[in-house]
This record gives sequence, structure tokens and C-alpha cells, in this order.
Amino acid sequence: MTSFPREHLEADVQIIADPGLYAPWPYLDRPKIEWPGGARLAFWVAPNVEFYELNPPQGPIQPSTLWRPAPDLVNYSIRDYGNRVGFWRMLSLFDELGVRPSVSLSIAMCDHCPEIVEEMASRDWEFFSHGIYNSRYLYGLSEEQELGVIADAREAIRRASGQSMDGWLSPALTNTPRTLQLLARSGVRYTLDLFHDDQPTPLNLPDGRLISLPYSLEVNDWTGLHTSRGTPAEYAERIRDQFDRLYAEGSESGTVMCLPLHPFLIGVPHRVDHLAGVLEYILGHDGVWHATAREIAGWYVEHYLDSTVAAQRDFARDWS
Amino acid sequence: MTVEGSYLRYAHRRPGMDHERYPLENAFARSPVRWPNGARVAVWIMPVIEFFPLDMPLNLVPGGMTRPFPDYWNYTLRDYGNRVGVYRILRALDAAGFPATVAFNAVAAERDRFLVQQVLRRGWEVVGMGLDMAHLHSSAVPRDMESAWVESSLARLRTATGQPVRGWISPGLSESFVTPDLLAAAGVEYFCDWMNDELPYRFKTEAGELVAMPHSHELSDLKLIGDYGHTASQYAEQVIDSFDFLYREAAEEGGRILSLPLRPWLTGAPHRIAALERILKHIASRAGVWATTGSAILDAWREQARRA
Repeated sequence: MTSFPREHLEADVQIIADPGLYAPWPYLDRPKIEWPGGARLAFWVAPNVEFYELNPPQGPIQPSTLWRPAPDLVNYSIRDYGNRVGFWRMLSLFDELGVRPSVSLSIAMCDHCPEIVEEMASRDWEFFSHGIYNSRYLYGLSEEQELGVIADAREAIRRASGQSMDGWLSPALTNTPRTLQLLARSGVRYTLDLFHDDQPTPLNLPDGRLISLPYSLEVNDWTGLHTSRGTPAEYAERIRDQFDRLYAEGSESGTVMCLPLHPFLIGVPHRVDHLAGVLEYILGHDGVWHATAREIAGWYVEHYLDSTVAAQRDFARDWS
Repeated sequence: MTVEGSYLRYAHRRPGMDHERYPLENAFARSPVRWPNGARVAVWIMPVIEFFPLDMPLNLVPGGMTRPFPDYWNYTLRDYGNRVGVYRILRALDAAGFPATVAFNAVAAERDRFLVQQVLRRGWEVVGMGLDMAHLHSSAVPRDMESAWVESSLARLRTATGQPVRGWISPGLSESFVTPDLLAAAGVEYFCDWMNDELPYRFKTEAGELVAMPHSHELSDLKLIGDYGHTASQYAEQVIDSFDFLYREAAEEGGRILSLPLRPWLTGAPHRIAALERILKHIASRAGVWATTGSAILDAWREQARRA
């Protein structure tokens, strides 16, 4: 038997093989999805505008950004660069190209960097929650504590922008076994924590209408530039290749492509122009619906959620 | 296990940073910096001369010992940089007519008086980098001990070079919570450990103000070649892209700095040195480039900050 760390789990949590998050749904002969205007690909851009603490408290699992005991300058200061320098370069580029981002927001940015949050809010960029800090994990939170984090985020986004908090990406992609249920119960409409599909998917949850919307670790700059150690040119090629294939397949049934970014990675002088190139390339195609995450989730829920749930029930009946 | 309630109390959730060292800034909302003669980009090249002792703790810093004693593999490859590679870099800089700011572990300077003399006779600047790569400044080091490391390394480097040693970079880019206080108390004027800006800014310490200067770890050979495994030509392309971007941005936003750290044990290899030569040739072909030292950048920036 494999033994798992349990220090971040409540005593009664069962470690299981298949969490049953969603129904089986092979990527072949699916009913056709069409995006508004007959578009074949819904494209959305997700800058992660984050705050990492210099001296985060010790939770049950050490923040992975702490390469060394605090102060971890290499990791802290480059992330601070994202907010001092990189963000502003990204903002100018998005203004120039007419990009309409959906922001993965460390909620504490509303307190620490209100100027940045106001710049984004004034442009009607969409906000979804990426936790309070990217150095505070959900691991080990009780139900009440986790609901408190969700409510904190909801209130901060409302105060900063008047928007409702419709989406969620867990801080540093940390989840508890009950996060999805609590999000659904709290009226959140899309989660970005699951990576199982290139189209939106219904989730098996007792309450609410929470769906999974494709985010991406594959074309995330963190993966493309950092963990895969790509050059900026290689990362740009990866994004173009991802787009070309999803665009082609979208003529059969509409696909979603998300481009997740981090200002501290993409906003450095040797990478910004490569981002500009791929954005121009993608936005220059007909049949691309450049939307926000809320718009894509909303269109899907309105037109396809119920029919997909019914079709998935039929599929399960025939094949299980 | 559940998390204590204190985990969800956020003591520093307030406007500005989560510490007192410097205020939050938007790098594009400051008064534009003007370099001498209207230069657009100050080019600040920093060869880093490290001594990695064979008996250092394993896996302490990039480039350090990783294998069972005696790790000749790592020890001699690092030493190659200081015996051979660094002279290829010196020749490339001489050919381009660019000065350098050379970071020395104090022990490395004492062990290599010939190299120190090569640096001094060119009129280049020396900056401090602690004792050696085994002495990692971090919160695991007691304050008294760290203070002694700062003072003795600076005293020894000042003796070995005869320079005032105004600048500092910490070995392995690692600090404790009090390193900046100790540096200011030891007469350091600028340091380049915090990689959050591309221009100088003021940094508070308990012993007065330091100036934080940029250090492009993200663009370094250590990161791109040593960590990411990029080829020499991919490295050169990224440095040239960076320079070109800053050069263009400077026309709108004011003077910029291209900081270029160089590890002689990486860039000084025969198959990589041409990449540096290509970078320097590209930069030297542009008008409005100010190839200079850390202290000269500091003085130019301070002079404007005083007038502003």
C-alpha cells in the first residue's frame, strides 16, 4: 500500500482512487457546441495577478514557493517584480491589442495594491478568486474555514469591482476534498481546478450549477517557460500549436482555449514581444470568440449544460 | 488535522507591501531617469567570481558540491571558470570596449591576486559577495555570526583590492531578514539581491538607506543555461531581445538598465563565448548605449533623485 501524507487532511477523509468528479464523455461524436456568432473556438486570457508573502505562516504543507526558509528572496522578489514592473507592461500590451482578460486574483491584492486592482476594474476586466494569498493554501481548512475564505473573496471582489465572484482557481491549486461542493453551494459558476477536457463539463455535485471550464497547465507560462524550461520562442510555438489544433477541431464542436499568464514571468523584456506575437496571431483568426470566463461559462450553461447532462446519462446507460 | 484559526488571520493585509523595507511602486509612474549623454540603456555587466570549497555542505547553492567527497567534478568545473573562462570574458569585453563590475567572494579575491590585478588595471569596479559560496546568508545564521561574515568579507575584499567596495550581492542570492541592515552598517551603499525592479530604488534599513539595484537573475547564464538548459545561441537571442525591448521602451519611458550577470564557468566555455561576443557586438552597434559600472549608475541615479 502506498502511504500518503495526511497532515493536511481531516481524520475522517478516505483516500480514494476515483473521486467521480464528472461523467465519462469521450472526445468523439459529441453533440456540437457552437459559440456566439457561429465561432468555433472560445479564447480567454487569464493573467494571474498574485501576492506572495515574504514570511508566510506555516500550514500543514510548506508553500512550494519557499525554496529556502524565509526570506526566500529569489521567489519573493521576482513575484514582487510582477506587480511593480511586469503587470504594467502586460496592461499596455492588452490595451494595445484589445485583450479582455479574466483575472485570477489573489484577493489580498485588493488590500496591498489597490491601484492595480482599480486599473483592471476600470477596464471591466473580469475577476475570479485565486484565494487570499498564493502563499496560503486550502489544505487542512475545516468546512467553516473554507466557507470563510470563499465569503472573504466574494466580498472583496464585490467591493473592488461590483462584480459577483463567479469563478474559482484555488490558491496554488490546493484543494480540500470538499472545495468543489462548497463552491457549488456558494453559487460559484465555474471552477478552473480540473484539467480533464478541452470543453466545459458538468460536475457531479449535489447542489448548484458549478461547471468546470478549461484553464490550462499546458500553455500556462509557468509550465511553458519555467517547469518545461522553454525559451520564449518555444513557448510561443507551443501556444500557436495548441491554438491551431483546437481551432481546427472547433469546426466539429466548439473548443475552449485559455492562455494563463503570470506578469512576473511574461512581463520581462525578453518575453513580452513573444506574447504580443501569439496574441496577434490568435486574435487575427475569424471564428474566434474572444470572451471572458464568465461569458463562456454562461453561454455553455444556458445552451448546453442540461442537454449535455442528459446525453451523458444516456452514454452511461449504454456503456457502463 | 485542521488548521489553527491564526492561519487565516492576515497580519500584513494592508495597503503597500507586507514589510517595511520599501513602499509599493509602479515602475512606470516614476520620473523618467536620464542617463549621461542622453543614453537610452545603461549596460551593466557583472562577472561573478565564486569560490566553492570542496568541503562545503552538499546542495547548498547552484554550482556547489552535490556529490560525495571529493566532488572533483563540481569543484574543478567551477575552478575552470576562474582559471580559464574568465579570461575569455575579459577578452570579449576588451574587444567591445565595455567595462565590468566584478563580484568577488572575498576568499576568491585573496586566492587570485592576478585576476584582481587584471580587474584593477582596467579600472573596473569590484563588489562584495560575502566570504565564499559555503557561507550562505540566511535566517538560519545567527545575527552575530552573519554580522561578522559581512564585516570580515568586506574588510578582506577592501584590503585585497584597495577599492572602497560600495556594492554587494549575496552569495547564492540568499539573505536573512537582517542582511540589508548589516550591509548598511558596514558601509555598503548599494546591493543587488532583490530582483523586483529594473531601476534603482531606496531600501530602508536600521542603519540608514541602501539603494537596491537591479540584478537580472531571470536573464542570467546561471538561470537560462545552468538551470533551464538553453543553448548558447538561445541564451544570446534572449539577451539581445531583452536589450532591444529595453532600448525601444527607453525612448518612451526614460533610461533603462540591462543587467547582465556572467558566470565564467558557464559563459566562459569555448562553445559559449561566441554567444557573449555576439551579444556585445549587437549592443555596441547601437547609439545611445552607456556601458558602465554599478557605482557610476548609482551616482547618476542619486544625482537625479537629489534634484527631483
